[in-house]
Amino acid sequence: MRQLFKDYEVRQYVVQVIFSVTFAFSCTMFELIIFEILGVLNSSSRYFHWKMNLCVILLILVFLVPFYISYFVVSNIRLLHKQRVLFSCVLWLTFMYFFWKLGDPFPILSPKHGILSIEQLISRVGVIGVTLMALLSGFGAVNCPYTYMSYFLRNVTETDILALERRLLQTMDMIISKKKRMAMARRTMFQKGEVHNKPSGFWGMIKSVASSAPGSENLTLIQQEVDALEELSRQLFLETVDLYGTKERIEYSKTFKGKYFNFLGYFFSIYCVWKIFMATINIVFDRVGKTDPVTRGIEITVNYLGIQFDVKFWSQHISFILVGIIIVTSIRGLLITLTKFFYAISSSKSSNVIVLLLAQIMGMYFVSSVLLIRMSMPLEYRTIITEVLGELQFNFYHRWFDVIFLVSALSSILFLYLAHKQAPEKHMTP
Amino acid sequence: MASLDRVKVLVLGDSGVGKSSLVHLLCQNQVLGNPSWTVGCSVDVRVHDYKEGTPEEKTYYIELWDVGGSVGSASSVKSTRAVFYNSVNGIILVHDLTNKKSSQNLYRWSLEALNRDLVPTGVLVINGDYDQEQFAGNQIPLLVIGTKLDQIHETKRHEVLTRIAFLAEDFNAEEINLDCTNPRYLAAGSSNAVKLSRFFDKVIEKRYFLKEGNQIPGFPDRKRFWGGTFKSLHYD
Repeated sequence: MRQLFKDYEVRQYVVQVIFSVTFAFSCTMFELIIFEILGVLNSSSRYFHWKMNLCVILLILVFLVPFYISYFVVSNIRLLHKQRVLFSCVLWLTFMYFFWKLGDPFPILSPKHGILSIEQLISRVGVIGVTLMALLSGFGAVNCPYTYMSYFLRNVTETDILALERRLLQTMDMIISKKKRMAMARRTMFQKGEVHNKPSGFWGMIKSVASSAPGSENLTLIQQEVDALEELSRQLFLETVDLYGTKERIEYSKTFKGKYFNFLGYFFSIYCVWKIFMATINIVFDRVGKTDPVTRGIEITVNYLGIQFDVKFWSQHISFILVGIIIVTSIRGLLITLTKFFYAISSSKSSNVIVLLLAQIMGMYFVSSVLLIRMSMPLEYRTIITEVLGELQFNFYHRWFDVIFLVSALSSILFLYLAHKQAPEKHMTP
Repeated sequence: MASLDRVKVLVLGDSGVGKSSLVHLLCQNQVLGNPSWTVGCSVDVRVHDYKEGTPEEKTYYIELWDVGGSVGSASSVKSTRAVFYNSVNGIILVHDLTNKKSSQNLYRWSLEALNRDLVPTGVLVINGDYDQEQFAGNQIPLLVIGTKLDQIHETKRHEVLTRIAFLAEDFNAEEINLDCTNPRYLAAGSSNAVKLSRFFDKVIEKRYFLKEGNQIPGFPDRKRFWGGTFKSLHYD
């Protein structure tokens, strides 16, 4: 928490508590998976813990957090300050309605269960979470190699940066000279006793059209020019930041650490391409894997390479390690992404809303990753998850994940391609 | 009439403390209706009468450069911001009275701006911690302004104001506390307006009348060194 909020204070204690509680329960879920594989604790007590954990998380995700989000959003709007609670309830009810409607187009309703059962809630939370995961993974899969590989870095020289800075300062000077004229004009008008008030109301507008004082006319003209110049200065500023960032990356890539990451980037890009390829195949051939990669890998080695070893024994250990790695990297990746995102958009006004949004996203992400992790585990361990989560169409979720992953990866490729093409044109110094 | 002399004053502070509202109030005597995030730098100009009411009265342009962003920004943003810090004649440090962090960050802000112009004296900056040595050779006048005064409850007001008084002493600067949505705080003749006007006069004097680096008669002595370290413990 301290890390995220280094520069701002989160005043409300409640927000902090909610965030930590969500995080704690999500981690407990992963611990339970690990216990499952290792065989720690009694099987029935594990089942009980699963159920309890799931109930609490769902309660938080569906009821508590959205309510607080709507409460804080409404408090930020000054107009509705008086009837805060009422409006936040209204907002929350709208959220619940859309949440429910979300379930209709998907094949998840089974007539056996009631309205408020766990399966219904999980299925909807799962849909949202899986979409989120797939979007993030798709974008990350494409963005990662793009960032790490120095092949994509444009060549930026010192002169480019200096030229851009000069343009920026020139624009600022032009803005200043125009503002000086405006300030002087305002001062002379004030001294001459003309009141500089904006024409209000219908008659005021008609009067101003008919006979406007020459001073104020000039002012509005100059104001428009100033607005255009200010927009230009903002763009120049952002471009300069971009150039500095690229220059730093170029320098970084020349160090050893940079070269190491560059190498990793090549590997990673191959992995990402493979993943995209697999997703396409899954969709096109309508195939969902029945066995997990570890068992399949072992089977392949046993059958084709003739190496004999105990399948059950090794599969347990390897799957444990693999699942552990997946969990750790996904948590770490999520937290890092969220921290960066948070730094970019935080402000003291909306920090409460942002923390709650993050808690919501994190909870949904973890719930759905539990769903998807089932794929990577051998058969004997899948049973407990299937038992606990009830009758869900797991295959559907995997297909849905693949579809969204593909869509997000392709669109981010397109987006990055456009951004990459557009940028060098601006900085071509003759 | 654009041939008046000019001075450049930086307005620094954390994101969301109210620099843009403050600058708008100072330059156009109106409250800013729709504050939005400042990207890059926005400039505004105030016409100021130096030594008003005396025979030596002269009008100057004061450019207020309102630089957006936070101290924790990426180094590429910091390098770009450094472009605006050239040839600065005065600095206004803005912080939010309701947010303690923003006043603590003022040390880092001032170091960032001053390190551009100071001749390197060989003094190390350790993580931007406050070090009295940094300000010993500083010739640029500083002013500390605290905003959102209206949002502090009456009972807490005294405690907040004493803390701010220590802060202003550390910088060897004047301090003003106000609310940017209420022009009454800077009404002509109020003590805030007098402090502001004195600050601008000092900036103009430093720039135009003391080219040989002479001391202004009556310039306050340097603060005691032990006082600085004693007070910086206050914030931990």
